[in-house]
Amino acid sequence: MTAPITAASIALDGGVLAAEDAAPEAAFIPSRGFWGHVGHRLVRDPVAVSAGALILLVVIVAILSPWITPMDPYKGSMLRRLRHVGDATYWLGSDELGRDMISRLMLGARLSLFIGVTPVLIAFVIGSAIGILAGYVGGWTNTILMRTIDVFFAFPSVLLAIALSGALGAGIFNSIVSLTCVFVPQIARVAESVTTGIRRRDYIDAAKLSGASALTIMRVQVLGNVVGPIFVYATSLISVSMILASGLSFLGLGVRPPEPEWGLMLNTLRTAIYVNPVVAALPGVCIFIVSIAFNLFSDGLRSAMEIRQ
Amino acid sequence: MSVIPDAPDPFAHDRGGPAQPLLSVSGLIKHFPVRKTGGKKQVVRAVDGIDFDVLKGETLGIVGESGCGKSTTAKLLMGLIARDSGHMLYDGQAIGERAMPWRSYRRQVQMVFQDSYASLNPRMTVEQSIAFGPKVNGVPGREAVERARALLARVGLEPKRFAGRYPHEISGGQRQRVNIARSLALEPRLVLLDEAVSALDKSVEAQVLNLLLDLKAEFGLTYIFISHDLNVVRFISDRVMVMYLGRVSEIGPSDTVLDAPAHPYTEALLASMPSLDPDNRTQAALLQGDPPNPIDPPTGCRFHPRCALAEGVCAEKEPPLDAIRPLHRVACLARQPGSGHSAAPGEALAA
Repeated sequence: MTAPITAASIALDGGVLAAEDAAPEAAFIPSRGFWGHVGHRLVRDPVAVSAGALILLVVIVAILSPWITPMDPYKGSMLRRLRHVGDATYWLGSDELGRDMISRLMLGARLSLFIGVTPVLIAFVIGSAIGILAGYVGGWTNTILMRTIDVFFAFPSVLLAIALSGALGAGIFNSIVSLTCVFVPQIARVAESVTTGIRRRDYIDAAKLSGASALTIMRVQVLGNVVGPIFVYATSLISVSMILASGLSFLGLGVRPPEPEWGLMLNTLRTAIYVNPVVAALPGVCIFIVSIAFNLFSDGLRSAMEIRQ
Repeated sequence: MSVIPDAPDPFAHDRGGPAQPLLSVSGLIKHFPVRKTGGKKQVVRAVDGIDFDVLKGETLGIVGESGCGKSTTAKLLMGLIARDSGHMLYDGQAIGERAMPWRSYRRQVQMVFQDSYASLNPRMTVEQSIAFGPKVNGVPGREAVERARALLARVGLEPKRFAGRYPHEISGGQRQRVNIARSLALEPRLVLLDEAVSALDKSVEAQVLNLLLDLKAEFGLTYIFISHDLNVVRFISDRVMVMYLGRVSEIGPSDTVLDAPAHPYTEALLASMPSLDPDNRTQAALLQGDPPNPIDPPTGCRFHPRCALAEGVCAEKEPPLDAIRPLHRVACLARQPGSGHSAAPGEALAA
């Protein structure tokens, strides 16, 4: 198998006809492309695969939760409050209002994931656009955009999220807006630096010479080369986003009761921490595990993309 | 016929007739500002007033040491960097003005870069890279891809095997063939080859050079061939231009310039080439040291600190680029009658 391929590729610099004779059709290697190689390497990384599988599991549970929860997550019972983990009826115990913990955790995954992932996705789109524009155009455009972005870096992200949420008022929509505002500058900065790194490459010059507009070059030539690193950075932000979102809910600026959300559950169970510490810690454990999984997956993705070319 | 929509009128294609230079450059200047620690503003005189013509159908070779302004000249000609001053006429029309805007000029002038890998987008297949130019110029997608495949076949790469490949999956020689195919995709008249074969190994280099000659004959191209390899330039060029420190030191037919050089710098360049004849080898280098700093070039003739023929007058008077024979112009006081140099030929001889 290898012999005809080598022979063919050597012969090809010489003449096509010779190569055609030497290499039968079977010698054709379909090209995988960059993302094909990344996927190939990713599935060989056990940590990334387990993290990815865990994320997938949580996502499936979150999507299906209204139909698969063992009990009604909203129905409490004053007589069966704060049951311990391993209870016959409440497998993971019950909360301070006697609602089934496992059902609430499953349904809570929905909101927690939603308000954790959505801001990062929106910020990925907006931040990439700003960063690529600033990096590609350079000059004054870059200075104005990036110095404006720098203003946001003056505040710690937790403080910024709380301040924006506080100003906008409580609610899911507002907390998504404020988290997006926290992440746009960070993603824009990464996008700007990777774009600046490639804007002087010869293939960008060659594209300019073909008469393509700046927008076409950014869309066709630049985007494909910068989207990978930006995406890796964005996935690493999901865990931060989930923790911040939970924090906002914990402070009463995000989701409102009785909707189950992990950060909010942590807040309401706080009062029971001396009575039933294990149950009170469960939402925190969920946040911890899911954000670790996102981080590990993003690490795996980054090393899978480190392909020497 | 052109497949590119709204391409220039074919009857207007060769506007000036065969005698009109395809590209005429005069007084081209590009200085790059540098900031020294003292805060004093200084400039690198990368290209400092060059004039030359590129005739229709010829190959003009541009040679010179590293840092002499060859690549800056290439980028200026392509408009990748803006010129500080100077005029460029394409087939008699001023580039960048209404009759010949950059956009329509670039459609007729393409460039092949030195680094075959850096000049191909690593995330695009070979076919996509070639089809990109025609596509942004309004050729429908499928037609552009078909054209890309035809060009691949023309440069000696079987489309079936190579069209879907990514740049890192093919060899350097194959990549440079792809770059050549891309430069031809917009049906240019002038192709600028900036060290296009310098990074290839010798056997592949020869094949690519032959391919370039074939393509030139087939598509009626004009080449500007930038290289530091005098043998390659001798092989491919009709005329040669020698650059030194941002200026033209000699320009003329390649056999004249390379076999009977008039400028001491050209002579030194030729002598610095290792000879294949063991009896003919020299130990002494004719060209000593590095070229002077282009921030602060020497007064008078820029070559005089390294020149064997240098005299007092060379440090004072800047030599003009004057014809010593028909078509052969040299910027050296020792070759110009009445210059005040002791080796200068007499007035009568020149007349």
